[in-house]
Amino acid sequence: MSPDTRPAAPFWWRFLSRRPWPVRSAGVNFAIAYGAIFLLSAGLFLSFTWWSTTSLLDRHVQTEIDSDAQELTRRWVFGGANALSDAIEERLEQNVDDDALYLLIDKHGQRFAGNLPGWPVAITRSNHFYELSIRRYTFSTQAKLKAYDLPDGFKLIVGHDVRGRHLLRHIITETLIWCALMVSLLAIGGALVVRRLFLRVVHSIARTTAAVASGDLNHRIALNGSETDLVAETVNTMLDRINRLMEGVKQVSNAIAHDLRTPIARARTQLEDAALHAQSTEELRDAVDRAVDDLDHITSIFEALLRIAQIEAGSRRSAFAPVALTPLLEGIAELYEASAELAELTLHVELSPLPTLIGDEHMLQQALANLLDNAIKFAPPHSQITLSAQTIPSTSTHPSGIEISVRDQGPGMDEKDMQRAHERFFRAETARSTPGSGLGLSLVQAIAGLHHGQFSLSNAEPGLKATLRLPIQDLPDPKHIEAATSS
Amino acid sequence: MRILLVEDDPTVRSFVVKGLKESGHTIDEADNGKDGLFLAVSEAYDVIILDRMLPGGVDGLHILETLRGQEKSTPILILSALSDVDERVAGLKAGGDDYVTKPFAFSELLARVEALGRRGQAEVSSKTTLSVGPLELDLLSRDVTRDGQKIDLQPREFRLLEFLVRHAGQVVTRTMLLEKVWDYHFDPQTNVIDVHVSRLRQKVDRPFETAMIHTVRNAGYILRDPQNNH
Repeated sequence: MSPDTRPAAPFWWRFLSRRPWPVRSAGVNFAIAYGAIFLLSAGLFLSFTWWSTTSLLDRHVQTEIDSDAQELTRRWVFGGANALSDAIEERLEQNVDDDALYLLIDKHGQRFAGNLPGWPVAITRSNHFYELSIRRYTFSTQAKLKAYDLPDGFKLIVGHDVRGRHLLRHIITETLIWCALMVSLLAIGGALVVRRLFLRVVHSIARTTAAVASGDLNHRIALNGSETDLVAETVNTMLDRINRLMEGVKQVSNAIAHDLRTPIARARTQLEDAALHAQSTEELRDAVDRAVDDLDHITSIFEALLRIAQIEAGSRRSAFAPVALTPLLEGIAELYEASAELAELTLHVELSPLPTLIGDEHMLQQALANLLDNAIKFAPPHSQITLSAQTIPSTSTHPSGIEISVRDQGPGMDEKDMQRAHERFFRAETARSTPGSGLGLSLVQAIAGLHHGQFSLSNAEPGLKATLRLPIQDLPDPKHIEAATSS
Repeated sequence: MRILLVEDDPTVRSFVVKGLKESGHTIDEADNGKDGLFLAVSEAYDVIILDRMLPGGVDGLHILETLRGQEKSTPILILSALSDVDERVAGLKAGGDDYVTKPFAFSELLARVEALGRRGQAEVSSKTTLSVGPLELDLLSRDVTRDGQKIDLQPREFRLLEFLVRHAGQVVTRTMLLEKVWDYHFDPQTNVIDVHVSRLRQKVDRPFETAMIHTVRNAGYILRDPQNNH
């Protein structure tokens, strides 16, 4: 069959398949689905009732006809046609429901007894049930009939008016209509209720988000134990995170306002001073060079701030890859070993075999570089710096992980300073004279957070111990990684 | 070298042009993406310096992709204020050879441009030995001799010296060394590289009369043939 001769799809199908479902309201859709399902099941239930009741009635009528016919045949045996005729008359008289049908004819086809006006044409075989529409008095009705052959050419019809079945059908149809009406009312009511429920939940979420949009970040969606709590909780978590990020931004902008002023002021003073007082080109050039150095310092502070902000936003997690920690640690140790030696320190490395970590290699390198840099800066000459790393089993509070620590034998830090060490631009009193921006440990802290780990400082008696604790995630299976990187 | 500079900021452009001319290079400049693309496609350059965000509807990455699509292998240095690691990766993936972020020190830019130009000239050198004046490096046995005298080097020191020798007569910056010799892309904050270079000097220069590794103020280091000096 060529494609052109394919029969056209029926109109309703084209209508349904082309148009998108026109109803948008979730409540109304819910009600429509609910009503349709209820009607369908009510229809099925009533059909079954109809089918089983009628078949029961049919069987009942058939047995009645058969036993009645047997009885009448016996009368014939005892008393012949007249006895049978009497029996029929008697039965008709006693039949209050007026639903029994009889006909007895002789061999000439003459009506002998009974209440049927004549032999129905449709009945041609004996001992067979017929269901016919027959005329009685002034109306026609449905009847079940069976013909029996009697001796001497007599024939008998025994039957039963089954108009009761009509009555039943009528009742069932009526029930179905009422049912549909009730279901429709229920569905409309349900739709209104569901709609109101939906609206209430959506209003609650919308109110909160509107409040947040207009600047009130402390608003949260109230939980009420319903299914929508999942959404509410997610939105609340999201708001918490936004809140925290906003706090961070606020803190950073305050810090920038305070701490960038100093080097900017210095650069400005130098330039202005040179412009006003420089005696020679040499002097002028010198001042400009120093100002450029100051500006470079400001740039590096900016870069560090931006990097911390970027790390804290968590977007770099998409670039996570398996990192082999042992070579990473060895490489960084090798890089800083020379600096340590120059500062008359020994860098001691203690590594136990380490598993692969999922993380950002560059960021981990940066974190370790910052820690070693700090240690070298603050350790007294002829002392030892220890870089150690080991796996630690899981405890009740932490999953299993890797602990990387840098320990020096320097002056250490007092408790109060340790608490604040990871804050941006924080510098302990004793460290103010050394070069630095106060961002190194903030960056380490942010990198630890990026890897869902912790960063802590503790006194190692003597000296300071900086510990980076990173949880080990289960390695996703290779297929998973492939899929993630190819997408 | 013949260099094309595509940069829309007039201050940065005139500064870079002035500096490169002083260093003896020929510069063509374009202040928008369209002209930049036209010049890059029609002329032959040793190095192209490309800003990423350009007016005129054609941005730096687009120029880069067009050139690479035409199988032009001119070394390209991207000069951009987009300093994000991801932006850097995007630039290098599109076919860039190096990436310098603004603000930048001119010495850093010059060193990188010259390194790229040199690479364009002598990329395919399958030599197993490198030599600059009295200094000789055997890349296979990892032996280093100066005036026939053997110098013992650690593996990392060897790689550092190899990089300096390959860029002999050129300034190499500390960042370049950190990136190319150590393969690190972070800010080490202190003078780690200086310490490694000074260690190398102890071995390569200290025992001899003349120094080969020189510090260039505000820039980095340079390795020179002592005979060839001036």
